[in-house]
Amino acid sequence: MLAELENLHAQAMETLEKASTTAVLEDWYRDTLGRRGSIYLLTRQIGQLSADERPAFGQKLNAAKDELEAAYEQRLATLKAAELKHKMASTAIDVTLPGRSQWRGRLHPATRTLREIYRIWGDMGFQVYRSRDVETDEYNFELLNIPQHHPARDMWDTFHTTTPGVILRTHTSPGQIHAMHEYAPEPIRVILPGMCYRYEQITARSEIQFHQVEGLAVGKNITLADLKGTLTDFARRMFGANRKVRFRANYFPFTEPSAEMDVECILCGGEGCQVCKYAGWLEILGCGMVHPTVLRNGGYDPAVYSGFAFGMGPERITMLKYGIQDIRYFWSNDLRFLEQF
Amino acid sequence: MRVPLSWLKEFVDITLPVEELAEKLTIAGLEVESIEYIGVPGGNDKERLVWDREKLVVGHILKVEQHPNADKLVLATVDYGGDEHEVVVTGAPNLFPFLGQGDISGRKIYSPFALEGAEVYDGHKEGQVKMKLKGRALRGIYNRCMVCSEKELGLSEEHEGIMFIEGDLVPGASLQEVLGDVVFDIAIIPNIARCASVLGVAREVGALTGQTLRYPSTEVIAEGPELAGKVKLSTENPELNPRFTVMLIEGVEQKPSPQWMQRRLRLAGQRPLNVVVDISNYVMLEMGQPNHTFDYDFLRRRADQYDPTGPVHIVTRLPHAGETVTTLDGTKRDMPTQTILVTDPAGALSIGGIMGGAESEISDSTVNVLLEAAAWNFISIRRSSSQLKLNTEAAFRFSRGVHPSQALFGAKRAARLLQQLAGGTVAKGMVDYYPNPFPEVTVALTAAEVARLSGVELTLAEIEQKLEALEFQVTTDGEQLLVTAPDHRMDITGSHDLVEEVCRMVGFDQLPATEMSDTLPPQRSNMRVLNEERIKDSLVQLGMQEVITYRLTTAERENRLLVAGEGMEPDERPYITLANPITVDRVAMRHSLLASVLEVAAANQRHSDRIGIFEIGQIYLAGEEGVLPNELTRLALVLTGSRDYPHWQAAEAGALDFFDLKGVIEGLLGDLHVTGVMIEAASHPTFRPGYTARLLLNNQQLGLMGELHPLVVEAFGVRGERPFLAAELDLDVLMAAIPPWHKVTAVATYPAIHEDLAIVVDKSVSASSVVEVIERTGGFLLKDVVLFDVYEGGQLPAGKKSLAYHLTYQSPSKTLSDRDASKLRQRIIQQLDQRLGAKLR
Repeated sequence: MLAELENLHAQAMETLEKASTTAVLEDWYRDTLGRRGSIYLLTRQIGQLSADERPAFGQKLNAAKDELEAAYEQRLATLKAAELKHKMASTAIDVTLPGRSQWRGRLHPATRTLREIYRIWGDMGFQVYRSRDVETDEYNFELLNIPQHHPARDMWDTFHTTTPGVILRTHTSPGQIHAMHEYAPEPIRVILPGMCYRYEQITARSEIQFHQVEGLAVGKNITLADLKGTLTDFARRMFGANRKVRFRANYFPFTEPSAEMDVECILCGGEGCQVCKYAGWLEILGCGMVHPTVLRNGGYDPAVYSGFAFGMGPERITMLKYGIQDIRYFWSNDLRFLEQF
Repeated sequence: MRVPLSWLKEFVDITLPVEELAEKLTIAGLEVESIEYIGVPGGNDKERLVWDREKLVVGHILKVEQHPNADKLVLATVDYGGDEHEVVVTGAPNLFPFLGQGDISGRKIYSPFALEGAEVYDGHKEGQVKMKLKGRALRGIYNRCMVCSEKELGLSEEHEGIMFIEGDLVPGASLQEVLGDVVFDIAIIPNIARCASVLGVAREVGALTGQTLRYPSTEVIAEGPELAGKVKLSTENPELNPRFTVMLIEGVEQKPSPQWMQRRLRLAGQRPLNVVVDISNYVMLEMGQPNHTFDYDFLRRRADQYDPTGPVHIVTRLPHAGETVTTLDGTKRDMPTQTILVTDPAGALSIGGIMGGAESEISDSTVNVLLEAAAWNFISIRRSSSQLKLNTEAAFRFSRGVHPSQALFGAKRAARLLQQLAGGTVAKGMVDYYPNPFPEVTVALTAAEVARLSGVELTLAEIEQKLEALEFQVTTDGEQLLVTAPDHRMDITGSHDLVEEVCRMVGFDQLPATEMSDTLPPQRSNMRVLNEERIKDSLVQLGMQEVITYRLTTAERENRLLVAGEGMEPDERPYITLANPITVDRVAMRHSLLASVLEVAAANQRHSDRIGIFEIGQIYLAGEEGVLPNELTRLALVLTGSRDYPHWQAAEAGALDFFDLKGVIEGLLGDLHVTGVMIEAASHPTFRPGYTARLLLNNQQLGLMGELHPLVVEAFGVRGERPFLAAELDLDVLMAAIPPWHKVTAVATYPAIHEDLAIVVDKSVSASSVVEVIERTGGFLLKDVVLFDVYEGGQLPAGKKSLAYHLTYQSPSKTLSDRDASKLRQRIIQQLDQRLGAKLR
C-alpha cells in the first residue's frame, strides 16, 4: 500500500504539472484530493493495515496530501495569473475617448474673489459688515466729509433717484458710518463688501454696478505705519509672497493722509506691459487714515481715536488675475465665460 | 497736466534722472501717468525715434540758390558746425523766398539738420515710418544731408516746409539739446490745485529733492498813465468773488507769440493763437492763476453809454432772471441762478472764473487790454461749471481752489509778459479789490501727534525742516510747532493735514510698515453672510451655476413675468427709480430676482444645451415709511435643457422637468437641515397651471416653484418647447429656519429588513399624504421610505393610481424578526386604508 501511495503521489504530481487551465486543475483536484479522489480513497483503506504500520503510513499519507495541496495552490495561482493576464490582454479600451462629463456648478468669479478677500481679512480679525445699496446723500457723502457741491464729488458720478437726497451708493463707505454708529466706542475691525453704482457708460472698462470691499479699523493706537503693514500683509497673501507693493500719496475726502497702494504688475512682474500701461505697477486699492471729521461723525473723538480705511474692487482684481479684458463679462453671465472658473 | 521738463528747469534744478524724479513725484501724490520723450532717449517705446546726438544738429542756412535742373528744387548752403559747409537739395517751399538774396547768414535762419546716416521719419509716408538718410543724386546733384520738417523729427504732422528754429543758436549744436524734451503727464488730484501749474510742480520737486525754487519775475515796468480813476470794481457777492484785480496794458501789438512760448504751450497741450491769448494761457500754466483779457476800448465805449464821464464799472453779481451770456466759443448760454458773472451796468461780460464772453473778448483789432486776475469760491465754480457743462482750464483750477493771494502775482506776471512780448505799455498801478480776504491759517503741531497718526518718530526740528521745504512758516512754541500755511494753499485746516505733508516729505515708501498693536475688537461672525455662502456652496454642489445680474431694470421687463395672468394687474408697487438713468433699460431697482435670472437663462439658451443657474441677491421694495426701500434677499433658480451632457455612449435622459428642480431644492433643504417645509399645489400666472407649487415654512411663504408658463418663457424671448423650471425663495424665511446645529443619529448595527409595498389610491390623493401616513405609522422602526414607481391606467380602474414604495425597517436595539416587520406592515396598510382609502395592490 505504501508503494501504491508513492505511485499515486508521483502520478498526481505529474498530471498536476500538465494541467493547463484552471478547469483542468479543478478536475485534477476532484480526482486526487476530492471526496472521491484517489488519495481520499487510500485513506479509507488504512484500516487494512496492521496497527504497527498505521502510524508510519498515516504520516506518509498526510505528508503526500500536504505536498499535493501545496502544489495545487501554487499551480492554481500560476494558472489564474496566466489566465487573468490573457483575459486582460484581449480586452482594451481607447483611453483617448472623452470622459463622461459630470454636472458641475460653479461660483461666480466675483464671489470667488470676494471669498478670498473675506478669508484673508478674517484671519486678521476683520469681520464682514454689510449695509444697504440705496442710501441717503447724507451717509454716502456728507457724513464722509464730502459736502454738497464739493469738487471731490467729481470723483463719483452718482445715480440719483427721483426722491431727493436718495441715491444709489457710489461706494461702500456709508457702511463705515453705520458700523461706527453701531460699535462706538468699541474698537472696530470690519470689511464692508457690497454692490456700488456709478453713473457711467457701460464699456469694456466701466460698469454701472460693481462690487467694492472697504475695510475699516478704528482704535486708540492705529497709525499710518500700521496701515502700510496690514495692507502689505494682505497684498502678499492675495497676490503672492514675493509681490512688491508701493504706497503713494493720494486724495480722498474721508481720509487724511490718503494713499494708493500699487502692486507689482501680476503679468510682467514690473517689467512693463500693456496691462500695467508700462508702469510696472497696478493700482489695487485706495487707503488712508480716517479723516477726523469722519471719526467725529461716527461718534469717535479724533483726538483719542485714530483708524485707517481702504477700498478695493474685486472685479478689477479678478480681471487682473485672470487676464480678463472686458468688465461687461461679469454681469452678462455668459455661461461660456462663467464655466471657465 | 502736461509739464515739460525744460519748463520745470526754469524754476528748479533737476538733480535726478527723469524716471527717478517721476517716481518721487508719484509717491508724493503727483502721479506721473506717462512720460513723453521728444527726441531724447528713454521710456519703453522701442519704435520711437531718438535723435542721433551727432547726426541731428542745428543747421544755419547761409544761402539759397535755384537747382540748375529742377524748378521745384533749391540748393541750400548750410553751416552745420562741420569743417565745411554742406549744400543740400530740397523742395521746401518756405526756402523759396530766400532765392536770389545771396548771403542770408545775418538773418539767423536755423533749421534742424540731418547728416548722412541719420535716422528720421519719412516725410512722404503716412504716419511715422523711420528711414535712414542715404546719399543720392537728386536731378543730377548729389545730396547726402537734409534740412528737416517737423514731421521728419516726429514733432508734428507738419511737412509743408522745413522747420525754422528761432533764437541765438550755435550751428552743430545737438538737436536733443535744443528741441529735445521730456513731458510729464501728471494727474492733478482734487486737493493739489496748487500743483496745477509748472511752478507748483517745481515747488514740489524742490521740496522733495532739496533744491531752491526760483520764482518767475513779476516785476513790471509801468510807464503808462495812471490806471486809477479809469476802472471801478465792486461785487454783490464777496463770498463768491473774494478778490478782483485788474491792470491795463495799452498799445499791444497783435502778432504770433515767440516760438519758445508756442513750443511750451504746445508741449503743455495748448494751441497757440496770438501773443495776448498765449500770454494769458502761459501765465495760467506757469503760475496756476487763470486770468482774463478784455478789450478795454470795448468796455470804455459801453461806459460812454452808462457813465460818460465816469470810469468803466465792473460789477460781479449773480444773474438776473433769464439772463444769458454768449461765451467766446460763440454759444449763447442760459445762466444758472447761482453762477457769478462779471458784468458792467450795460450787461454781462463773462462767466466769472469759467469762460469769457464773446463781445468783450480780445479781437484782432484790440490795442488796449484790461487784464483781470481774480479769486472765486471753488464750490461755486464747481457747481456752475458742472451745470453749464463747461470744463475749461480756468474752471478746472478755480473749482479746486486758487488762493486769492495768487491774483496779484498772476496779474503782474501777465502784464510783464504783455509788455515784453506784445510791445504793450503798462499803466501805472493796479486796481485791487479784495473785499473778502482769506484768513491766514496757523495750526499747532506736536511731535507726539505726528507719531500718533503716522507711526513715525520725528524730532520737532525734523518736522519743521520738512514743512519749511514746502514754504510753511514754522515757529517753535515750547513742545509744539506753530505752523502757518503758505499763501498758495487753501487745503490746510488741521494737524492731520500737516501730518500728511510730513509723511509726503518723508516719503510714503520710506514709512515703516508695522502690525497693529491696538486691542483686537470683539470678534463677531456675520451669520447672514455665512449662511448665504453656505447656500451658494450647497447649490453649487447640486450642479447649479451662480450668476450675478444687474439690479437695475425696468417695470416693463419685470412685468413679462405676468403676461399670462388673465385680468392680472401688472406690478403696481412703486419702484425706486433713477432721476438720471444712463440707459433706457436700467432705470429702476428691481422687484424680482427671478426676472433677472430668467433673462440670463434666455440669453444663454442659444448656445447652452443645459442651463442650471441661481442667484442670491437683493430686491428693492418701497417701504411703508421713510424714503429708503426695504432691501430683501431672494434666491432665484432657473433650470432648463437636457438632463445629461451629450456623450458618445448615448444615454437618452430627456429634458429637465419639475422634479429636477424640486430635487435641487430638496437637496438644498437637506443640506441646511431645514425641516418642516410644506410643498403644496398652487397657482400663479408666472407658472404653468398644474405645475406650480408653493413652499411653506413655519406658516410663512418660503416661495414658489414650478414650470414657467409658456407665454412667460416666450415673453423673455425664448423659442422652443423645452420646459423652463424656476423658483424664487425668500431667503430671510429660509435662513431663519436653519438650525444652528443638528443631531446625528447613531449608525444602526442591527440588520435591516427591506420590503416593498404597492398600493392603489384615488388620483387626487397626494404622494406627500401617503408618505405622511406611512411614516407616522411606521414610527421609529421605519427607517426609510422610497417611492420607486407611480403607475396609472392599464389594469387599474379609472381615477386610480398605484404607488410603490421600498420600506426599510430597522431597530437601533435588536434584530427585528419577520414577525415584527409583518406587524408593522399590517398596521401601515390598515392606516392607509382608513385614512386615504388605499388598497394593497
